[in-house]
Amino acid sequence: MSIAETPMQRDRARTVFEKSLSGRRAFVAPALDVDARPLDELLPARMRRTEPPRLPEIAEPEIVRHFNGLSKRNFDLDTGFYPLGSCTMKHNPKLHERVAALPGNARLHPLQAPERSQGALQLMYELQVALGEIAGLPHVSLHPSAGSHGELAGVLLTRAYHEDRGDHRTKVLTPDTAHGTNPATVTMAGYEVVKVGTNADGGVDVDDLRAKTDDQVACLMLTNPNTLGLFDRNIGEIASIVHEVGATLYYDGANLNAVMGISRPGDMGFDIVHYNLHKTFTQPHGGGGPGAGPIAVSDRIEPYLPRPQVTSSGALAPAKPGRTKSDSPEASGGADQVIYHLDYDRPKSIGRLRGFQGNYGVFVRSYAYILSLGGDGLREASETAVLNANYLLARLKEKGVAEYLPVAYDRLCMHEFVLSGTAMKKDLGLRTLDLAKRLLDFGLHPPTVYFPLLVDEALLIEPTETETKETLDAFADVVAEILREAADDPGIARDAPYTTPVRRLDEAGAAKRPVIRQAL
Amino acid sequence: MSRYTSVTDDDREQMLAAIGVSSVEALFADIPAAVRLDRPLDIAPGKPEQEVYGYLRDLAARNVSTEDEVSFLGAGMYDHYVPSIVDSITSRSEFLTPYTPYQPEISQGGLQVMFEYQTAISELTGLPVSNASVYEGPSAVAAAGYMARLQNKRSRFLVSRGLHPHARETLETTARGFGAKVEEIPLLDGVTDPDALQEAISDDVAAVFLAQPNFLGAVEDLEALAPVAKTTGALLVVAADPLTLGVLRAPGEFDVDICVGEGQTLGNRLDFGGPSFGFFAAQEAYLRKMPGRISGETTDVDGRRGFVLTLQTREQHIRREKATSNICTAQALNALAGVIYLSWLGRRGIVDIGELMLQRTAYARSALAGIEGVELVHEQPVVREFAVALDAPVSKVIERCTVAGVNPGYALGTDYPEWENGLLVALTEQRTRADIDRLVSVLGAAVAAERTGVAA
Repeated sequence: MSIAETPMQRDRARTVFEKSLSGRRAFVAPALDVDARPLDELLPARMRRTEPPRLPEIAEPEIVRHFNGLSKRNFDLDTGFYPLGSCTMKHNPKLHERVAALPGNARLHPLQAPERSQGALQLMYELQVALGEIAGLPHVSLHPSAGSHGELAGVLLTRAYHEDRGDHRTKVLTPDTAHGTNPATVTMAGYEVVKVGTNADGGVDVDDLRAKTDDQVACLMLTNPNTLGLFDRNIGEIASIVHEVGATLYYDGANLNAVMGISRPGDMGFDIVHYNLHKTFTQPHGGGGPGAGPIAVSDRIEPYLPRPQVTSSGALAPAKPGRTKSDSPEASGGADQVIYHLDYDRPKSIGRLRGFQGNYGVFVRSYAYILSLGGDGLREASETAVLNANYLLARLKEKGVAEYLPVAYDRLCMHEFVLSGTAMKKDLGLRTLDLAKRLLDFGLHPPTVYFPLLVDEALLIEPTETETKETLDAFADVVAEILREAADDPGIARDAPYTTPVRRLDEAGAAKRPVIRQAL
Repeated sequence: MSRYTSVTDDDREQMLAAIGVSSVEALFADIPAAVRLDRPLDIAPGKPEQEVYGYLRDLAARNVSTEDEVSFLGAGMYDHYVPSIVDSITSRSEFLTPYTPYQPEISQGGLQVMFEYQTAISELTGLPVSNASVYEGPSAVAAAGYMARLQNKRSRFLVSRGLHPHARETLETTARGFGAKVEEIPLLDGVTDPDALQEAISDDVAAVFLAQPNFLGAVEDLEALAPVAKTTGALLVVAADPLTLGVLRAPGEFDVDICVGEGQTLGNRLDFGGPSFGFFAAQEAYLRKMPGRISGETTDVDGRRGFVLTLQTREQHIRREKATSNICTAQALNALAGVIYLSWLGRRGIVDIGELMLQRTAYARSALAGIEGVELVHEQPVVREFAVALDAPVSKVIERCTVAGVNPGYALGTDYPEWENGLLVALTEQRTRADIDRLVSVLGAAVAAERTGVAA
């Protein structure tokens, strides 16, 4: 297929450094208002930089055009459907940016005294209470910076818990469906990874689990629903196998969006949970962060939580998330005024995993989300996410699609599901990658591809609750259309995309001869 | 129907019919009754947007921000001016709402931003390779420790007492996991004691960690320390404040192996401590052991210049338990703010702002040292921050100052009991001479009052 070069394709990439010209500037420094002293007196010459770093020299109008131009070379969630499995690309409410930018939040120094940052600490405390209720676990730390950071915290908590009892274990179990972050985390925390198989049903192979569980196992890391989008029906038995040998059960919260208000990890027997606030609680993904990865734990793990921990005193009852100002105790003043603290006095704590108190700006957005939805709305979000996923799956089970892209495990799914492109590859000569690239020409973000690893030519599809039925229908129609097109001429998809700012890129060449900065 | 979902009753009926079940409830049949929540979540019902805004605005109003007082608080995060173009560009949905650029053909904007960011960080640090960001400063130090350990398999870390206390603690927390020991090198006259370092160094040291400038604001003599640190093949890691690198020699000039740091000072707001970003730059030899995303230049099938995530065989989603790090989501949007800020500041601006900080800090330092009952903790060169010791209880002095609308700095004794009444004072381009003069008068009065026992 030949298509004329689009204007954006004609506009070749130039970096901001290539737009720089000596003498241009955007920044004007405030005037020196103290008596100037010779620099040599302030900083010995041998410590001073002689050649200024070659940063761009460019005026504001061109900075704006440069980055605006770059932005147009990105696809984004506010523009179109983004069913990237396991990433929960749900709508990012605009209110959240407004409240996060309030000066009392944005310009609050992290070392401001607790008595002068009570609003921030109250917000964090109330978020802790809400997250704990959602997970069904009593203690929450907001400290970790992202999901993988929460995982590291969780495995280090497990280590601290066992070692405190004089129990030195060596192994952590992860299912073969796990996110790559799980095994990578296990290695970083100094444990050996032991893989557990998957049964014909798409759940943990319980016999394999039993065979591999012994007193050297420190922990089982599990995602439930798992990365196949399936809820493990044997969760009760799995939990008891793990607990029988004294190991902890870790919940990877990447898929929490399926079960809010419906089923809670704590009630399933999990000891440690991490949340991805950038997934379930709609912190914008930012092109790859920021996120936040708070953790919730059971009583036996609590002493080891990272520090500092946000606590409260003076309340007759724990704060209820989402109360309004008029019914909050401090509005009336009086003897039962609640005071919030940063508690460092935690002798068994594993310590810090980062600076300060965590990604507070993310907490503001996620708490705004919880307040907006409320307990009822969170449950509705999960129900709708599961409804949307099952509906899209039903549409993709129709004739014209299902014979090429059958569902990997034919059950009701939760918030996401996995198709296999094996038949498509064999019968149409189209790999999953080709289908993904052809979707780009239709203005759609492809699903996650080639994950989970145990499904050949996998497509992991997560529509989320914020999409309309029309959008889901349109996606199913496009997939069917691409498959019809491929039946006539598979070459079209194999050479796709055609309309994107650049076409298929030479990734092997990039890795072979890495060029990772602009030559200056 | 909540305001962020669109499924109507009609939709639901049609969708359930297509699925072949009778109710939404039936979709959850796989969840055993024993693990179902049999009551509503104990979280208040949802509220309209204007009420959520009002509630959160009232909470924010209970915080005293740098908008409300003249603040000299620093100690790792600094109140610099964030230019309007940063907010304007980072709030564009094309940057705010996509995820990691797994599909490069529709993510060239984000990938090119990473490439430009990597270039800017390389240029600032004087090191040839940079990744596309890590979480933040202290965890970047821990990531450097893990990489050093992967590189030379050794098990001791030597850490300057001048490294940020949060970074030292973070390194210790993570090192306990992978089985390395952290030992501290003391300070002498405000900087890392070279003799103590010499004494501690041996061939089982995996890495030596220094800060530039250090926590007390002092500029370390990297020229003298680097050869000592590197005598036995340990990696030298320097945690730097990037906004001082317009006036300070680049760490790369001293044979440093890894330079990391907190990127907040580059166009990111304070946000009570996060999100910001951490940077991670290194010598070429470590390219394939680096943590995190890296953007690389390449071409498309028609020969157009383009960018992709590269060297992904280091990463968790490919290499799993053999990955060089578990990091996945990092801080792309904050790193974007960083590269916009550096473009705005420009080649001249980063020197101008550095020299302005040098001059104002020198002015403030000598003015404070002139106060009765205030002494310098050290006389080393400083760029933007310095430490003084008060002859009065520091917490009470701070309290008196804040009542007068001035936050004089950070109580050093929190982390350094040896300076029980120490105060760490930070400057930015936002603190004018008038602000400094006010600090001098307010702090002077507070110290005097405490020394003579006047009631607050």
